[in-house]
Amino acid sequence: MEFNESFILGCSAIGAGLAVIAGIGPGVGQGIAAGHAAAAVGRNPGARGDITGTMLLGQAVAETTGLYGLLIAMLLLFVKPLV
Amino acid sequence: MGQGILLSSEANLDFMVHGVFSYELFGQTVWITTTHVCLLIVLLVLCIFAFAAGAAMKRATLVPGTFQNIVELMVEMLDHMVSGTMGRHASKFVNYIGTIFIFIFISNISGLLGLRPPTADYGVTLPLGVATFVIIFFNKIKHQKVSGFLKGLCDPWPFWAPINIIGDVAVPISLSLRLFANVLSGTVMLALVYALLAKIAYVWPAVLHVYFDLFSGAIQTYVFCMLTMTYVADAIGDN
Repeated sequence: MEFNESFILGCSAIGAGLAVIAGIGPGVGQGIAAGHAAAAVGRNPGARGDITGTMLLGQAVAETTGLYGLLIAMLLLFVKPLV
Repeated sequence: MGQGILLSSEANLDFMVHGVFSYELFGQTVWITTTHVCLLIVLLVLCIFAFAAGAAMKRATLVPGTFQNIVELMVEMLDHMVSGTMGRHASKFVNYIGTIFIFIFISNISGLLGLRPPTADYGVTLPLGVATFVIIFFNKIKHQKVSGFLKGLCDPWPFWAPINIIGDVAVPISLSLRLFANVLSGTVMLALVYALLAKIAYVWPAVLHVYFDLFSGAIQTYVFCMLTMTYVADAIGDN
């Protein structure tokens, strides 16, 4: 069965949109990390610098899965591997 | 077109890597792209800074001037960062970590100068990840010996080895993809703003530049170096 190019491009756009739904997970995770960091600073304001550093490191690692989704979306939209 | 990944260009929306010129090498077409040019500019800036810093430190005074102060601040910050994570192994790795820190940081914020950040090209970040991988592997063999390495590979049970190998190989890929995707997303976002809102984009792209280039770039630089140090310290072990 042969599909024409515009059909595949449209489906790629839908797939790209679905792929960036992966951003939900890191958003929730980063929010939880920031909330706990805020609580930790509230308990121990002296350790603010260490807590901020640890929080940013953890958030950046948690962000990776969302970025994979973004990468898939980029590939589908701009490299067009399926056409 | 016959061009590789991310080499094609879209009308009006310009964040792709462009080929500058190409030449034939052993029957393969090799492209010199904008990434190479931006990389050379970054390296030139770093070289000039290094020579200036070296000259400033040669005639260093006890009460430092402005430039000497900046250089000392940078070196102290990098020393503190590395020794805080790696402890007594810091002295062997502070040069490498400091070098990649400064290089990645200047690369990330080169978007402020109108360049396309070189780190928004997977061909730049993958070698950085592979360098980290080689250092991890080398230190594992050196400090834990081959027997310890094999023991770590079959950690809970011997048939766990394929999963451990995948876990080891995933380190450089996830390190490089994290840096690449973060910088690329900032580049794409700014390209969208500049392309779609050319009429009304007066001041607020500057705010986005501060976030995507300065903040995100600094955070990702920190994360890359931090994870490299963590992995290497883990490979060295405690003994």
